[in-house]
Amino acid sequence: MREYLLRHRSLDIVIKLIGVAIVLPLLAATPIFGAFQPFNGWLTGFANAAIFVMLAIGLNIVVGKAGLLDLGFAAFFAIGAYTYAFGASAYSGNDIPFWLMLPIGAIVTAIFGVAIGAPTLRLRGDYLAIVTLGFGEIIPNVLLNSDKYTLGTNGISGLNRPELPIIGVFKSNEPWPWFILAVVLIGVIMIAADRISFSRIGRAWEAIREDELAAASNGINTVTFKLLAFAIGASTAGIAGAFLASKLSFVSPDQFKFSVSVTVLSMLVLGGIGNLWGAAIGAFLLYFVQSILLKQLNEGFKGVPVLGEIDFLQLQYLLFGLALVIMMLRRPGGLFPERRAARHRVGTAKE
Amino acid sequence: MGSSVAWAKRNSVFLWVAAVAIAFFIAVPPVQFVNALTLGAIYALIALGYTMVYGIVELINFAHGDVFMLGTFVSLSILIDVIGVTGPITNPIQLILMLVLILAVTMALMGAVGFLIEKLAYRPLRNAPKLAPLITAIGVSFILQNVVQLWKGPYKTTFPQFFPMDAALMLGNVRIGLINILVIVVALILMVALQLFITRSKTGRAMRATALDPTAAALMGVNIDATISRTFVIGAAIAGAGSVMFGLYLGITDFSIGFLAGLKAFTAAVVGGIGNTLGAALGAFTIGFTEVGATVAGFSRWKDAIVFILLVAFLTFRPNGILGSDSSDRA
Repeated sequence: MREYLLRHRSLDIVIKLIGVAIVLPLLAATPIFGAFQPFNGWLTGFANAAIFVMLAIGLNIVVGKAGLLDLGFAAFFAIGAYTYAFGASAYSGNDIPFWLMLPIGAIVTAIFGVAIGAPTLRLRGDYLAIVTLGFGEIIPNVLLNSDKYTLGTNGISGLNRPELPIIGVFKSNEPWPWFILAVVLIGVIMIAADRISFSRIGRAWEAIREDELAAASNGINTVTFKLLAFAIGASTAGIAGAFLASKLSFVSPDQFKFSVSVTVLSMLVLGGIGNLWGAAIGAFLLYFVQSILLKQLNEGFKGVPVLGEIDFLQLQYLLFGLALVIMMLRRPGGLFPERRAARHRVGTAKE
Repeated sequence: MGSSVAWAKRNSVFLWVAAVAIAFFIAVPPVQFVNALTLGAIYALIALGYTMVYGIVELINFAHGDVFMLGTFVSLSILIDVIGVTGPITNPIQLILMLVLILAVTMALMGAVGFLIEKLAYRPLRNAPKLAPLITAIGVSFILQNVVQLWKGPYKTTFPQFFPMDAALMLGNVRIGLINILVIVVALILMVALQLFITRSKTGRAMRATALDPTAAALMGVNIDATISRTFVIGAAIAGAGSVMFGLYLGITDFSIGFLAGLKAFTAAVVGGIGNTLGAALGAFTIGFTEVGATVAGFSRWKDAIVFILLVAFLTFRPNGILGSDSSDRA
């Protein structure tokens, strides 16, 4: 059985995800979980966490596989979300169905990925990191200031929600459809990411990551493959953006700040750079630390001297910062290190 | 180094910059010209730390902007809680003593912070892959922001204005605030001192040797660890001077200023030619003029985006900056 699954990687992913999709709601129904928040709250939380799981998988392709540090990943997230807002909202007057907007969002962000990557991918690693950081600032800035089209800080609200024949339009207070949709999207993204990683393209990325010069001299067109990594990573963020926009039915530039890029990077570092499941689990864990645990600590310590006065939610970025530093110093491979290249445990080799 | 080609190139660049500055001077009101110089001077004080560290270890010290931010809070706390300054000081001797005191204390404390950051977060990773210290740098940046947020709260905090803000110098009918002159002069003094230190002192020579080739420098008896550590200390101390100037000039600070200020100062370092201390100053004034120019032209909302576009454009098309580093193979 195990060997069969090793040879059928996509089936393996499907089975594992179905397992997760069954276990999580069951867990949420137990009294222990119920003590934290009601069942529907958990289910909504899972669907929200899924957005970060998608982002982490996308960033894992760029940072983990190809070894390109992208510090402005939220820019692609923003482009995906705003593409959705322009394609499917009363504000824009367009009424393209959600299911069509998913591939459109992916394609538009992939085009942006190529447009941003093409002039900059020749730069060495740390310069590239800064250029992506620059773009990560420019894009929300442009969205904020082009208020003629984007309504600026107010954001665009009343975006269309997904619709299916039997279920009808997804509602914000009914978490089940969102949860299932999230699992399906993650499944598609994971299978795609996994198949690409174990293809010729994936091997080329790893070669570039380990030693760009050696890769180039072995006939790998490094610019093409780096661009591909950028485009595929970006399109994943585009899908996550479309999902977020339709789920909240609202987009604003505030949702795509630098802290989002760093949050996703922290998730990746925590889970294990380069490892698909590591990225997903890291994202899932950190999302719940952020959205449930810290809030619960606030509630739990209410009235307790000293501890009760600390706002644990304020501590979240301190924790992220500490996680980044400590993980890099003590466990650079993350909680679940990438198996194939244990020799080089951090994203890239030197130059 | 000493070739006449480099000299000519350097001077042609200066002529070009001078021409731009003169054009700017004619195009905008003199007050704005002084503002641009002042802003540029503050950016220069931050940019020096970026460029020195990059020059020696090729690390973008992401936390540097937040060291600057921490400096504004450390100096304002010392001023309010330790010294007890409330209003402007009018006695010129007292004023100068106070300035020297707060600059010295802030620079010393920030130097210590720089030392600690290098020792704890970067040194253990010196032989690790390039991305590792970059990621810890982002981590340190977040830690510093949050520590300040927990310490002082997430609000804007006013900086004690002990410098008489209404004092001004009249040049003809142009009014130049003393504060502007102070910021520019302090920045110039520190830049000249740094330049002398790098070119004349023994540590400076060790720094240049390490930047050029760490292995060869070590073989010649340079203590690499100590030299790198000193570079971080000096960079952080100069940023500390920048914090005091920023606080006095703008009179307000908050925990998040480090990100934007740091990114702009980094842009300055890149525009001038990273690794080159003179270039950092040149780049910083370019950024100052760009921002003020954008404001004067009515694009004040776009000034951040314009600076970032400048950063992306330089990194992409001219990664060696205006002056370029001596080792132009770096980019």
